[in-house]
Amino acid sequence: MPEAATAVKTVELKILRYRPASDERPAFGSFKVPYTEDMSVLEALQTIKDTLDGTLSFRWSCRMAVCGSCGMMINGKPQLACNTLLRNLPPGPVTIEPLNNFPIERDLVVSVGDFVKKIESIYPYIIPKEPKTVAEGPYLQTPAQLAAYESFSDCINCMLCYAACPQFGENPNFIGPGAMALLQRYNGDSRDGGQQKRLDTIHGEDGVWSCTAVGYCSEVCPKQVDPANAVNQNKTNSAFDFFLRFLRPGGAR
Amino acid sequence: MSQFVQEKRSISPLFWLPFGAGGMLSALFGPALILITGILAPTGFLLPQSFESYDHARAFAQNPLGKLVLLAIIALFLWHGAERIFLTLKDMKAGPLLNLKYATYGVAAAVTVVTVLLLLAVGF
Repeated sequence: MPEAATAVKTVELKILRYRPASDERPAFGSFKVPYTEDMSVLEALQTIKDTLDGTLSFRWSCRMAVCGSCGMMINGKPQLACNTLLRNLPPGPVTIEPLNNFPIERDLVVSVGDFVKKIESIYPYIIPKEPKTVAEGPYLQTPAQLAAYESFSDCINCMLCYAACPQFGENPNFIGPGAMALLQRYNGDSRDGGQQKRLDTIHGEDGVWSCTAVGYCSEVCPKQVDPANAVNQNKTNSAFDFFLRFLRPGGAR
Repeated sequence: MSQFVQEKRSISPLFWLPFGAGGMLSALFGPALILITGILAPTGFLLPQSFESYDHARAFAQNPLGKLVLLAIIALFLWHGAERIFLTLKDMKAGPLLNLKYATYGVAAAVTVVTVLLLLAVGF
């Protein structure tokens, strides 16, 4: 890059820092980095880490909105740092904070343990209706059957929807939008027979019923998974299950 | 996956189903009702003379099918509104949850009961 003789354009980033060994509470630190037209927020953070402060901590991996590692609050909105270009942000300093509603581990790194437990709790794998041997061949699926769940399989577990969800902010036990999208990915799969098992994990107040249909989760989703739709479909399913359980043998729980 | 304790079943479906049904009904019939009862009827525009007559309305309310329509329209609209307003007030932390429930579900329940009683009172 040719060095301009005139003043280099810079951008200021105000980053919420927290180093558990030395800081009593999180506080903002300010950094100025050289600005280019094609710079993402992630690149700006990497520039800071490489040239200004090597202690700045943040998660990242793929740089192309596939891995879901670099979710953070950018100007107060949950976004992927790699997917957010500085030129698309309003002029002036850019505020960067760790994802809302999660405990901070260090700087922009949040604790994801509870989220992973939620993902595990909804049986995130296909439970075949009837087991088949290899000799019996694969489980076939029509394009229409694939379309029924395909969009929900696009989730990259970036947790932006959890940072957007006011109900998850109120009640960290709420199963939340992302896990509900994953649940619908399997419940909507024609090869799967685990629907009832999964419905049983979400029929409580901390399950699907904590949602108040705010819809911000779907708005911030970088992969257009529409978790709010998954939640809504499962409100319907869970509501029918509320009454249909009386018709199942031994199902009135 | 035995480490996950199954949560107690919520009774929310009892409130959510009328909410959903009311939402469907209000989307389908709400605009038409506003047009007919709010604009066309008071101005006498496009409607037959008999539409506004007391006898006509009374006959509608006395018909068993008419009663069912009136109950569904009045009660389910209210349960829909009650749930939506309750969740909004809850999100806004407008007060203790029990009070908010009385102010929303309570009103819907009371009006439902009154509607049933009135529909029975007008006779068949």
